[in-house]
Amino acid sequence: MRWALGLALAGALLAAPLVAGRYELSVLILVFQFVLMGQAWNLMMGYAGQLSLGHALYVGLGAYVPALLWLHFGVSPLLGVFAGMAAAMLAGAAIGWLGLRFGIEGVYFALLTIAFAEITRVAFDHLPVTGGAGGLFLPVTPEGRAAWWMLDGGPVFFYYVTLALAAGATGVVAWLARSRMGFLWRAVRDDPVAAEALGVNLFRARMQAILVSSAMASVAGVVVAFYYRNLFPSQVFDMSRSIELILAPIIGGLGTVLGPVVGAALLTPAGEALAALVHRAGLDAPGVKAVAYGLLLIAVIWVRPSGIWPWLARRLGVS
Amino acid sequence: MSALLEVEAVSRRFRGLLAVDAVSFGVDAGELFAVIGPNGAGKTTLFNLIAGALPPSAGTIRLAGERIDGLRPDAIAARGVGRTFQIVRPFPAMTVRENIMVGSLMRTPHAAAARAKADAVMERLGFAALADRPAASLTLPDRKRLEVARALATEPRLLLLDEVMAGLRPTEVDAMVATLRAINAEHGTTIVLIEHVMRAVMALAGRVLVLHHGARIALGTPAEVVAEPEVVRSYLGTGPVH
Repeated sequence: MRWALGLALAGALLAAPLVAGRYELSVLILVFQFVLMGQAWNLMMGYAGQLSLGHALYVGLGAYVPALLWLHFGVSPLLGVFAGMAAAMLAGAAIGWLGLRFGIEGVYFALLTIAFAEITRVAFDHLPVTGGAGGLFLPVTPEGRAAWWMLDGGPVFFYYVTLALAAGATGVVAWLARSRMGFLWRAVRDDPVAAEALGVNLFRARMQAILVSSAMASVAGVVVAFYYRNLFPSQVFDMSRSIELILAPIIGGLGTVLGPVVGAALLTPAGEALAALVHRAGLDAPGVKAVAYGLLLIAVIWVRPSGIWPWLARRLGVS
Repeated sequence: MSALLEVEAVSRRFRGLLAVDAVSFGVDAGELFAVIGPNGAGKTTLFNLIAGALPPSAGTIRLAGERIDGLRPDAIAARGVGRTFQIVRPFPAMTVRENIMVGSLMRTPHAAAARAKADAVMERLGFAALADRPAASLTLPDRKRLEVARALATEPRLLLLDEVMAGLRPTEVDAMVATLRAINAEHGTTIVLIEHVMRAVMALAGRVLVLHHGARIALGTPAEVVAEPEVVRSYLGTGPVH
């Protein structure tokens, strides 16, 4: 039953571009991006219990670094992604080291993550090399070159790229959750004092979670850069990006493998549909999505505080 | 027998309060050793000093000859000190088995092996039926047993048990005493326990340290310490021991 359901879902996802139009594909691409970013954040918050409200920093570095390498040196984003990953992990290590070294925990740690994202936004706004506030534009590759190698393609191409990334991230989380590291993260999340008495090195466990999470988030940045092909610090590093990407895991279920998937699959289409409806009604309400997300978040926290997936899994008998 | 744990003139001050006052004692490898004393005598603070949860203000602590005072709790755990918490600290969102696996993961890098070891520990402590229950749903006596199971799963040389019998019924106390005795006999695990349940102390401990106002007032066999006038005056009272 479980396998049949999973196979049917996988088949439907693989075949979707045959029937879906450009718009539907673009929504699904967005869903997959939020799955990827949500999984990254979920590892750090859901599994290791460290609240980050600055994950836009890692996504942004993962966007800018490969974009700049490609623009200036013609480096393929398939290689640049690793440079972006390194940059994001370096930033994560700096934040983690400060937080762990000086015992900054909980909401204060969250403030630290916000501060780093904001500092980076302001810095990128003023650095000539990043294109400053005027932004960075990635021209489409000339004809005849290996487009996939340069991550250049239409919606169908990016549909499969983001699908693979979202599935890969979910697989990594599923694997980590059962690994030694995942167990130790959850122990540290539940009770750091007890974990330490059982031989868990708190610094190492928390740092590992930050590094894995920032690396995973940076991969989403490559898609942001090469799918949309323009980057502005005021958008990429904006606090609202950091908030937006944590909604799916919270609504879907923190610290669960499929929570971020369920959350993104519900949230993103709902928000897009609402925005389309409002637009069709001839209203100009750019904030409508944020309001809808806020209301949905309140409703879920009220009715299912541990998220939709744990409840759904029990109903389906698959937990 | 050589001394596994050597505590020398250890003190711990909390601002004006001297919680542990120049306490010295040694525990031999394989010994069953009890620490008793009235509430506030400094027993739990002494455990926190040995396990590294707090650094001592003065004095030295050695494990098998190596100084461990000032080390982090995880480093001390890695050297073979397992401890339980008087105010229990389960990992609430994890199942009983997963809680114990965190302990066994210290010695086994692979989750599958850690799981097998956790199952063996659960079997030993009569936990098997509760394996898949979330720790948050356990009763207090079961949470106390979980503390013991988790510490045991780290394969400690020295096991520090902080009032694990409190709240247990007399038959459960006897069962726990039998289990600890068996663990001590089979693995040579040295056990130091803080206990108010004198029934357990008398049945289990070879030697007893008595603390009062942070200071050592007696050390000897159970029969010796309960005969000390100062112990009777400060802790036991003149009623019958039960």
